[in-house]
Amino acid sequence: MDVRSGVAMFEPAEGLRRLEAFPFALVTWVGEDGYPMSAAINVQMDAQRGVVEFDAIAGLDLPLGAELSLTGSHIRPQPGIGYDERRHVTVWGHAGRDPLGRLKFVPTAAWGWDEAAIPFPEYIERQVGQSRRYLTRVSSELGRVVRPRLSLGWLTLRATRLPFVSATLIPVLIGIAIAAAQGAFDLFAAVLTIIGAAAVHLGLNVANDVFDARSGADESNVNPTQYSGGSRVIQYGLVSLRRMAAISAAFYAIAIGAGIVLLLTRFSMALLVIGVLGILLSLFYTAPPLKLVYRGLGELTTAIGFGPLMLVGAYVVQTLGALSPEPFVASIPIALLVALILYVNEVPDRPSDGRAGKRTLPVILSREAVINGYVLAAAAAFISIVLGVLAGVLPIPALAALLPLPLVLRVRDGLVRYYDQPYGLMAVMAVNIRVHLLVGVLLFGAYMVVLALTRLAPGIPLFIRWP
Amino acid sequence: MSWLPKPVVELIETALVTELSVVRKDRRPITYPLIPMWDGEKILMTSSILFSRKLEHLKDNPRVSLSFSDPVALGGRTDRATIQGDARVIDGDPHTDWEQVLPLWSAKEPVITEFLKARVAFPLFFERSVIEVMPRRVFYWPDGDTAHAPEVTTDAGWTGKAA
Repeated sequence: MDVRSGVAMFEPAEGLRRLEAFPFALVTWVGEDGYPMSAAINVQMDAQRGVVEFDAIAGLDLPLGAELSLTGSHIRPQPGIGYDERRHVTVWGHAGRDPLGRLKFVPTAAWGWDEAAIPFPEYIERQVGQSRRYLTRVSSELGRVVRPRLSLGWLTLRATRLPFVSATLIPVLIGIAIAAAQGAFDLFAAVLTIIGAAAVHLGLNVANDVFDARSGADESNVNPTQYSGGSRVIQYGLVSLRRMAAISAAFYAIAIGAGIVLLLTRFSMALLVIGVLGILLSLFYTAPPLKLVYRGLGELTTAIGFGPLMLVGAYVVQTLGALSPEPFVASIPIALLVALILYVNEVPDRPSDGRAGKRTLPVILSREAVINGYVLAAAAAFISIVLGVLAGVLPIPALAALLPLPLVLRVRDGLVRYYDQPYGLMAVMAVNIRVHLLVGVLLFGAYMVVLALTRLAPGIPLFIRWP
Repeated sequence: MSWLPKPVVELIETALVTELSVVRKDRRPITYPLIPMWDGEKILMTSSILFSRKLEHLKDNPRVSLSFSDPVALGGRTDRATIQGDARVIDGDPHTDWEQVLPLWSAKEPVITEFLKARVAFPLFFERSVIEVMPRRVFYWPDGDTAHAPEVTTDAGWTGKAA
């Protein structure tokens, strides 16, 4: 079967096999007046000889020798909704008449779509090139450029992948909360930190699309989901590559601006190092010459960037550069779990990533290694929380962050079941994102409890102190 | 008031899917399943720009036929009809032009209004052209059996040439 262009062409014999499953066929031909004509007929298949037989159609002349087609089409009505189970097949060929007057059809080509074999979202992706060709034609006919559109709000949401900013907010808020629990808090600096960190993240998201568009990784991915495969605004013609590059640069400019203000008002060498390192890692995640994600370092880069750099960075802004073990230890589970978001989201992308030379861990590793790697890393994240509390570095309420642990088992089971099914993996990816979000929110909540109890009930022990 | 026989209008109004056949430049017939809508004079359909090959064929050759033949898609009706006609593609603004037929579309596929709310997820699917078919000749099989000759009705004003 050839589905490269979105049109599923297959061998005539396969077409006949599929046609046999329909209760009747629609024979279609082009009449002498140039109009197509169709009529429903019952057919008899001779699969061995690759021939279809059917009776003449009363009152209509089938043009023997000319090309005609047999079509089977199926839907399942769903009252109040519409329908599903869409499938159709068309077999082209020529018909002749046997000595008994029956018509014999010999197939030469076949085409069709079955949504059970090619899910609708994938079918859509395979047709993106056709949509571009058509809009080029329409633009030429109308004498003006016709492009697909989205409202500014939806386009912004899609192009920047705004919901993923939670991965930035979590470590930044925890870093600020740890500093506040230790008595260091400046509201202006906190707001500026959040703006700067979010801008780096959005700049990275957009830059990632720019470089994946240039490498062809997103173009060749026909199984994108809402969590993987990029925003696709470039492939869809919604935003030009040049404009996306400009948007990315603008976000980085905002991030650098926020960083400079923070350096001027809250200078510390730790902040300078973290800020520069963060921007470099973000930029060279996909950008040449480093292209870290193409070298099997994407997950590690994400862990460092959205773990210790964000969390400790937000912390040192508040403490004016003073360091302590607490933010480092608190960043370990966040770093591991955010890397696992990327790691699991890369599973459905691995064929297209592999073709584009993007050596992500799911591209490099076997299925078993990827699933075992997920379990090990997730377990390490939760163990680090327990060890952090036992060591007296993290507060006792941080143990609440263990509550999402059962979700890890759901993700593991989902990976086992849907490893090769991109759309089945969508729900798994959603649960995996929830693990990071819930652990982050619960850790942040733990520090809110610490803050409150420190003021309301100073005598209550909040950290384990071994004798 | 349309010249189409009443049962044929009922078939169009009932059908969840029709088979639209168009003619390629090399005279090969190609058939596509689409949702038909009836505006009292013409049959309307929409096509996403993703699946726009049919639109290209229609612009090159407006002669089409529409088959109403599947009892499952016809609410259990067993009568059948094929309508020949001339098609026009309306695609001045693929983002909004088709929205004029949304009430007729959602009557047959109510879930489409829910999909439309999530337009951001399928932006190209909702860039669509409208296909407008002016019926010229109708072949009607009251019992659905093509072993019997169809009843043929023709638009009185039709010259036999595509518009």
